[in-house]
Parts: sequence; C-alpha cells; structure tokens
Amino acid sequence: MMTFVGKRILHLIPVLLGISILVFFLLHLIPGDPAMTLLGQEATPEEINRLREVLGLNEPLYIQLLVFLKNLALGDLGTSIFQDVSVLSLILTHLPATLELATLALLIALLIAIPLGIVSAVKQFSWVDYVSMFFAQLGVSMPVFWLGVLLIIGFSVNLNIFPSFGRGEPLVESILMTIQSGNLFYIIDSLKHLILPALTLGVMSAAIITRMVRSSMLEILNEDYVRTAEAKGVRSFWIIMKHAFRNALIPVITIVGLQFGNLMGGAIVTETVFGWPGIGRLIITAISQRDFPVVQGCVLAIALLFAFINLIVDILYAVINPKIKSN
Amino acid sequence: MEYNTEIINQTEIEIVNKKEPGRVRKFFSFISNSKSVLIGGVIVLIIIICALFAPVISTHDPYEMQMSDRLLEPMEKGHLLGTDHYGRDLFSRIVYGARVSLKVGMVSVSLSLLIGVILGLVAGYYGGWLDSIIMRIVDIVLSFPVLLLAIALVAALGPGIENVIIALGLVYWTNYARIVRANVMSLKEEEFIQAARTIGSNDFRIIFFNILPNCLAPIIVVGTLGIGIAIVAEATLSFLGLGIQPPESSWGWTLAFGMKFIRDAPHLSIYPGLAIMITVLGFNLLGDGVRDLTDSKLKRK
Repeated sequence: MMTFVGKRILHLIPVLLGISILVFFLLHLIPGDPAMTLLGQEATPEEINRLREVLGLNEPLYIQLLVFLKNLALGDLGTSIFQDVSVLSLILTHLPATLELATLALLIALLIAIPLGIVSAVKQFSWVDYVSMFFAQLGVSMPVFWLGVLLIIGFSVNLNIFPSFGRGEPLVESILMTIQSGNLFYIIDSLKHLILPALTLGVMSAAIITRMVRSSMLEILNEDYVRTAEAKGVRSFWIIMKHAFRNALIPVITIVGLQFGNLMGGAIVTETVFGWPGIGRLIITAISQRDFPVVQGCVLAIALLFAFINLIVDILYAVINPKIKSN
Repeated sequence: MEYNTEIINQTEIEIVNKKEPGRVRKFFSFISNSKSVLIGGVIVLIIIICALFAPVISTHDPYEMQMSDRLLEPMEKGHLLGTDHYGRDLFSRIVYGARVSLKVGMVSVSLSLLIGVILGLVAGYYGGWLDSIIMRIVDIVLSFPVLLLAIALVAALGPGIENVIIALGLVYWTNYARIVRANVMSLKEEEFIQAARTIGSNDFRIIFFNILPNCLAPIIVVGTLGIGIAIVAEATLSFLGLGIQPPESSWGWTLAFGMKFIRDAPHLSIYPGLAIMITVLGFNLLGDGVRDLTDSKLKRK
C-alpha cells in the first residue's frame, strides 16, 4: 500500500510542474506587451515600465520561469496589481466560501443521484427509470447558469422565499453561533443563501452520477453472486444494498472525484450568477480588472486542489479495490 | 470467354442493383432503431436549418433597435418571444444566435479533433517515449477543471469568437487523444495491419489509410457529444462576458444581458437558455444514440 501511495505521489510531481509551467505561460499568451495590455490605453510609459518590473517581464524568459517556480515553492503567488494584497491571502479569504458551496452541492448531488440511480437500475425500463433518465439527460444538457436563473425567477422573484444574491454567515460559524445562542436565525439565514446556488451547482453532477450509479448497478445485478444470493433467499433489499451497491460504488467514487473538478468550474459560473463571494467570483472580477497575477494564482490554486483531490480518490480507490494496486 | 465475362458483369450489376436501395433502407432502419438518434437528429437538423436560413426564418432584423418597443412580452406587437432592453426582437436574435453556437461548436471540435486524433494516432502507433510525453501532456491538461482552463485562456487571449474557438479547441482535445490512442493500440496488433506492413506500406499509409478509418465510429460519437459540450462552454464564456462580444447575438450573452431585467422581463433570460438546452440535448441524444447503436452492433458480432 505504501509503495502504491509513494508511486502515486511521485507521479504527481511532473504533473504539478506541468501545471505551474502552463500557468506561467498564460501571462505570455496575452497579445502584444502584457504590461501595456493589462494597464490599457491611458497608461503612461512610466507606469508600464513599473508593471514590467513588478511582473519581471524585463528578465529573459527562462529566468522569469525559474523565479516564478522558486516563488511558488516558497508559497509566494505574487501581489495583486489593483490592491496592495498578496494573491495568496486573497485566495485564502475566498476559498472557504467556494469549498462550502461545492461541498453542499456535492452532498445534494449524491442525495439525489444514489437513490435515483439504484431505483432506476433495479426497476429498469419502468416509468421511474424513464423519468429519471429523462431528467438526467436534461440535467446534462442544461447550462449551469440557466438553471440558476430559472431558480432565481421561481424562488426569489415569484415566491420570494430565498435571496438571489450574496452569502450569509459562513455555515460552520452560523452553526456555532446557533449552538451558543440557541437562536436558529443564523443557521437558517446561512442555509437560505446557500440553497439555490448549491442546488444550481449540484444538479449537473447529480445527473452525471445518477447515470453512473445506474449503469454500474445494472452490470452488478447481472453477476452470478447476486443470483446466488437471490437463490439462497436473501431478502431483495439486502441483495441490493449489501451485495450490489457496495460493489457498484467503486466506479462511482472515481466519477465523484472527477466531479469535483466539474464543480470547481461550475462554481465560477454559479458564483457569478448568485454573487457568491468565492474564488470563482474573484477570478471573474480579476479578469475584468485585468489583474493577471490574481487570475494566475486562482487558476493554479484550483488546479493544485483538483490534483490533490484526485490523489486522494486514487488512494481511496486502491483501499476499496485491492486489484488496482497490483496493476 | 466473352460470354462468360458478360454473365459475370450481369450478376455483378444485379448484385449492385440489389444492394443500392438496400443501403438507403438500411440507413433508415439503422436510425429508426433508436429513438434518441431520431429525436436528436431532428433537433440538430432544425438548429442547422435555423442557422443556414436565419434571414428567412427570423421575423425581424436582430440588430434593429426600436426604443418604443422596449421589453415587450412574448406575442406582443407581433414579437413572438418579445423584445429586449433595446427593443430588438428576441426570437430573431435567438435564430441568429444558432449561427454563433454552431460555428463555435463545430469549428472548435474540428480543431480539438485535429489535435487529439493526430496525437492519439502517434502515441498509440509508436508508443515508447513519444507516447509517454503525449500522455503526460494529456495528464497536465486534464488536471485543470476544463472550464477553468478555457476561462484562463480566453482571459489571456482576449474575448471574441476566434479566441473562444482557439481556447475551446486547445482545452477539449485530451478526450479524443485518449480514445484514439486506445483504439490504435488494439488495432495495431490486428492481422490486416501486419499484412499491410509486410507488403511494404509505410507508417504514414498504415496510420491514415488502415488504422484511422477503423477508429472513425468512436471519433464520430465523441465528436458529436463534444459539439454539445463546446456549445455550453461558449455560452458560459459569453455569459461571463469573456466570449462573443455584442452586438453579435450569442445565446449566453443575450441571457446574461437579460438577467438585468429578471424581475420585469424574465422571458429575456428564459428563452435563450431554452435554446441552448434544446440544442445541446439534440447533440447529446444523437451522440448517445449512435454510440448505443454501434455498441450493440459490436456486441451482436
């Protein structure tokens, strides 16, 4: 097991290096002189020169890359052009909101997908199956932001139940405050703000995971050992839960890990729709302000997080399914 | 001798005659076997017709502003889906938007197919260090959430339809490379490839004339699904203000702009989204359907 984990971590090193190099070259994809483009038409030559100095553009390319990688290794992601704040601190203040949103979205997705996937596999070709597959197809085809807009029209504009914009207290804090004060207001307010964005973000993942659970359950329900259990007279509920679902879970875990990347991409859009103060909104604001160090830092942070989650998923996968290790 | 060849020619003609109508019928029975291919195909066809004949189908000029007719409800004053903030006809804007979506979808998928198929063929056929390098690049690209990478690329390149196409093309090729590579690796060992090599075909000939045609079915399936994915990605970029710029009519931008009037004119954000969903649904159904058909054909074999 340890050798597997070690190998997997070694495998990660060139990928991390590749991610960093790719993010470094993003700056150089900007057409023309990046400093001039970032500052716009009105910038004076002195200002442009100062920015070139800050971005290190006056050095030869390989020096720039080495400096970038060295700073990265020291945890220095540079400084925002617009505010005099380090990019790392900006990311750290915005990341919790995104993680909260993504976690709740994934929870919603699993709560919808697992029961729906199991039922449609067990009752294949029944109306439940057709209806859930129809909704899964719609969920996959629907743009995330449109679902958000529809939810706002339904629940904020017409019914006026949930707010359409912003975030309450962080969920963890609001839970603590509720416990301390005994007042449910805090937690309800947090959840009210969370529910529409989380639902928006979770539905597409729910659709993808439902399909995955269904197809992997269908495969397993045809296995010999399920038939043996049936022949022994095991109650069908236990066959489904203990014999089939546990094994069907293995491919599902991979897809859930991959969904995290999808959720982070979707979070950028969802946060824009709902004004959620997370890392996605930070990126979009930074792009519109042409604050490129912040854009680079956010992209890097999300990619590193994604790579890390994939590492954990791979290890989990090997724990559940010992066959993987030997390969 | 002459007599003989005539008979042979005649039977050949008969065989050909018998085969020809069969092929057309086969095609249609192949399609009608799958409801999703049929429904998806019809949807895609309608969208293509909308894009090609946009000037005929649209009821108004999509760019003409009519300040007296601002924010009209659907069906009001002969505007099928109402008008936007500038009094432009929403239905006509959506019809013209099909052009942008299809163009971005098809061209960006062609670009990523070009990159992905060539790299996949090379990696699968030659193996070794070339394969390692190509697959490492795939790993690196895949370690970004795809949408994030597309956003980052467009942020650097700047907005506009060409840059959106380039960004999407550069982001979505990995899937094609992996699928083609896997197919090539199994095909490489087949007898007909060995035979081609024995008669002295060079690598280029083998790759493009023997291997590539045998990978076409999965390429068509993932390409069709890819168009749907690219259309959503374009709409998303445009929604975020990073993609197609006004006055060009993109569904994503129209929706984002409509959101400003979500209380007074929700139709401005409902219908463009509906257009995106139906189009993507069409490509998804078509792709899924063709995959199911080709899969079941393989199974029957």
